[in-house]
This record gives sequence, C-alpha cells and structure tokens, in this order.
Amino acid sequence: MPDGKQSECWRWAETRWVNPDIDWRKAQIITAGVDVGSVSSQAVIMTDGALYCYGNMRTGSNSPDSAIAVLKFALENVDLKEDQISYCIGTGYGRVNVPMADRTVTEIACHAKGAHVIYGPRVRTVLDVGGQDIKAIRCDGNGKVVKFLMNDKCAAGTGRGMEVFADLLSIPIDEVGDRSFHVEKDPPPVSCTCVVYAKSEALKLLRKGVSANEVLAAYCAAMADRIYSLLVRLGIEPEFAVTGGMAKNRGIIERLKAKVGLEPLKTQYDTQLAGAIGAATFAHALVLQGKGRKK
Amino acid sequence: MIVAGIDCGAKNTKAVILRDGAIVGRGLVATGFEQTQAVKTSLKLALLDAGAARTDVACVAGTGAGAGAIIEADIKVNDIKAIAAAAAYFFPTSRTVLDLGAEESRVVSCDERGHALDFAVNEKCAAGSGAFFEAMARALETPLEEIGALALSSDKEITMNAQCTIFAESEVVGLIHANTAKKDIAKAIHDAMAGRIASMMRRVGVTPDIVVMGGVAKNPAFVAALAKELAMDHILVPAYPEFGAATGAALVAAAGVQE
Repeated sequence: MPDGKQSECWRWAETRWVNPDIDWRKAQIITAGVDVGSVSSQAVIMTDGALYCYGNMRTGSNSPDSAIAVLKFALENVDLKEDQISYCIGTGYGRVNVPMADRTVTEIACHAKGAHVIYGPRVRTVLDVGGQDIKAIRCDGNGKVVKFLMNDKCAAGTGRGMEVFADLLSIPIDEVGDRSFHVEKDPPPVSCTCVVYAKSEALKLLRKGVSANEVLAAYCAAMADRIYSLLVRLGIEPEFAVTGGMAKNRGIIERLKAKVGLEPLKTQYDTQLAGAIGAATFAHALVLQGKGRKK
Repeated sequence: MIVAGIDCGAKNTKAVILRDGAIVGRGLVATGFEQTQAVKTSLKLALLDAGAARTDVACVAGTGAGAGAIIEADIKVNDIKAIAAAAAYFFPTSRTVLDLGAEESRVVSCDERGHALDFAVNEKCAAGSGAFFEAMARALETPLEEIGALALSSDKEITMNAQCTIFAESEVVGLIHANTAKKDIAKAIHDAMAGRIASMMRRVGVTPDIVVMGGVAKNPAFVAALAKELAMDHILVPAYPEFGAATGAALVAAAGVQE
C-alpha cells in the first residue's frame, strides 16, 4: 500500500536561469519581482523590461526568509548585486513579508500582467493554478484585471491537492501528467471533492485493483472538473492562458482543454514565473514614471 | 423484546442491542474496506455483550453511511431520524443534536418526542468532521485520544487561518516551525473546529438543551470549545456517544415491532 508519509514525490526541481543575450551593465532600468507563494517562490530580474534572470524555489516556513533566499538564488551566478536593482515589487500570498520590496501588488494584478507579458496582449482569460489557490482572471488588452474569481479556501483543484495524490500514489509530481494518460480508457472522475475524502476514495479504488495510473487519471479528471467550474463562473473569453505550476501538468491541462473547447496559448517562459514577471513589469513601469529608488 | 441497531460508519461500525427499551449490549469494530464483515462482527460482539442469541433478535435496523452493506437489516433507518430518536432517549430535554462522526457531521433540531424538525449535514468537507482532528493529530504527532487533553492544558488564543484540512496541516507545521507550543496549537485546532460546527448549528437554530454524539463527542476539549463558542453553560454528552446513531436505529426498530 503506498504510504504518503515516507515518499517525497511532491518535490519538484528548483530552477535558475540567466539570459545569455543580455548584459545587465548596459541596462538603464533594472527591476525585480518577488512572488512568495504558499508553495513556491520566484524572483525575477528584468533589465529594461526584458527577462534577465530568475530563480524558482520551494517556499519555506517563513515568508521573509523565503523571499531573501529566492532572490539570492536568482542572483547566484550573476555579478549583479541586490542594491543595483532600481525597484522591487513583492507579490503573492506572502507579499507583505518581502523585506526588500519597495511596494507590494496583489497576485491577481501580477498574474494578469505576467500573462500579458508571457502570452501576449491577446490573452483575456487567465487561469492561475497555484499551490494553494485557483484564480480565474479576466483581463483587457493591457493586462489590466477586469474581474476575477478565486478559491483559496479549499485544497480541491489546487497544486497542493495534486501533491497529496503524487505522494499517496508514490508517483513523482512531474510524471503525473504523462502517467495519467497511460490508461486504456479514462475512468470516471474521483467523486469526492474534499482532498481528504478523495484520498480515502483513491485507497478504496487501489484496493479494488484499479491501477495507480488509472487512479491518477480519475483524479486529474476531477481536478479539471473543479477548475473548469471556476472558469465557467467567470465566463471564458478567448484567448485563454494558464499560469502557475499546474500549467506544466498535461494530465490536467489536456482534460481541461477538452472541456473549455479552446486551445490554451503557448509560451516559452516557465509558467510559474507569471506572478514575478508581472511584478517586475509593474516595477519597470513605476521607474519609467520616475518612482525608482534613490541611488 | 430484543432488537438491534447497526450504524455502519466511515471509520467504525457500531451495533447496539436493546432489551425492552434498555441498552444491554454494544459492539464496535473498525469498518475498514470490508463493510459487510464489519457489520457481522459488530453485531456478534454486541450479542455476546448482551448474552443474547441472533435468533432472539426480533428486528435489526441499519443506519449510517454504509447502511447499504448491512444485509442483516430488516429495516433501514434514516440517520437523521436515528440521531433525533437517540437524543430524546438519552436526554428528553434535548432540542438540538450534533452528531459528529469520522467523515460526516449532522445537526438535527428535534421536539420533545424525538422527532426531527430540521437538519443540516456536511459530508463534503473534512474540515467539519472527525477526519480534521485525525489529520491535525498526525500533524502534531500526538495520538488522537490525547489531543483533547493537550488542548485543555492551554488558555492561549491563536486563530487558525486555514479552513481546509489539507491547508491546516501545512499551517500546523508552520506553527511548529515557529516554535509555538503544541498545547497552544492543539487548542487553536479545537477552537477552529468549534467555530465551523457552531456556524453549521446556527443554520438549524441553536435551542437548548444541546446534545453532542458521535466519536468526536469523546473529545472533552471540543465539547468545551463548542460550549464557549455557542455561549452555552452546558452541553449534554451521553455515555458511549459513538453508539448514538446505532441506539437510535434500535429504538426505531423497537417502535416498529411494538406496532
């Protein structure tokens, strides 16, 4: 019987990247966006509004420490120092606890702005599936929020719910999507909404001889249903884009796509960065308005 | 006249034997994955406890989430009806009954005859059921039976932010990392649960006397936190509260046989 306690299948690789085509010394404006989420934290450095480098880490138990750690991580292999940043915006669930931030902006605004940057101005419906919440956001051609709906009360449909299942089934989180398609036929979705009860339901299915991949498929389908219901309440307007860690999970995205009936926009950016990119973009705009840090 | 009531719950299956209106036997087993087996065993244990034979039983009534698995049942009793009947049997003054089980919570308002007037049920969310305490006890690395006593040893007020059990697990881990005392976290957990259950109870109306049944009623810290939340000076808890619904089912069976 899989035992969720011992496995650490929820763990995903922490990443860092530097744009080789940019020399930050030639930049006029250097801004940062730090997104401290409930599960992951990202720090993004933008030079003149272009992505220069980033770091993406797991959030620790303490938001200020996580913010400091992720910015340090992003700057580890570059000789750019923190005090050379003109303006830094903190966002995310832990945004009030970002010590180096000059100001904070809500994650709703940052995700809409970030989606606008990474998916282009055609995006109107942004779905952000994060570690502990789901946001459905309608934005205009400037990446400004028109309306939004959010679930941050219940783990059903969030990344945390998927992590619980990865652990339960002992399947590494980044294999979940592919493995959910290694089934002969899609099983009916897990019927319990609550993640705690869905876990019991999954254990009963496993006991009946249902394979781990089939249980995964059933849970991915349930997650897609749950997320879709939030989108329906918002109303889906094309173009449609997904941000956050869940955008990397094919098991959810393919099933969601079938329901929405729209092809989600594609991007080369890491979708987990959307909030931090939005924050750094806002910071850039503020500096242009003359609101930068005094040097 | 001997009758039996069996309550097949998400976690435990309970059987009660009534002889001429008095409880003479009880049996409890973990439900596990084989509900029909759990039902058989609980009935056997209760009969043994009562010193009665299966053939002495005039009627077997089944109730609970797994009532469908009670093949021995001559009648099926709606769980709301069972809870109301049991509350009136234990305490004739009961008007609002809370049955807090492992995976469901039910609030029933009833009259002096033990007839249900209104009810509310939560079977969708673990944050309003015993499963919440189980998860929290795990997160605190404290046995479930001890979490109540631990909470009673604290008088600190900490408000939990998370409602969802899954998120509350992370929150508890965060509190432990922040060096919050275990007893204070335990109290916060009980206060959070009492707050949620109280709001569910207010939906049907909170009329005294209030009775709490189900496995969670064995947790004195929860009952105390609920009394405080509802501003009640006392809440009634029957002996062996986990047998409430089974007792109610047996009472309905007895009434049926008498007719």
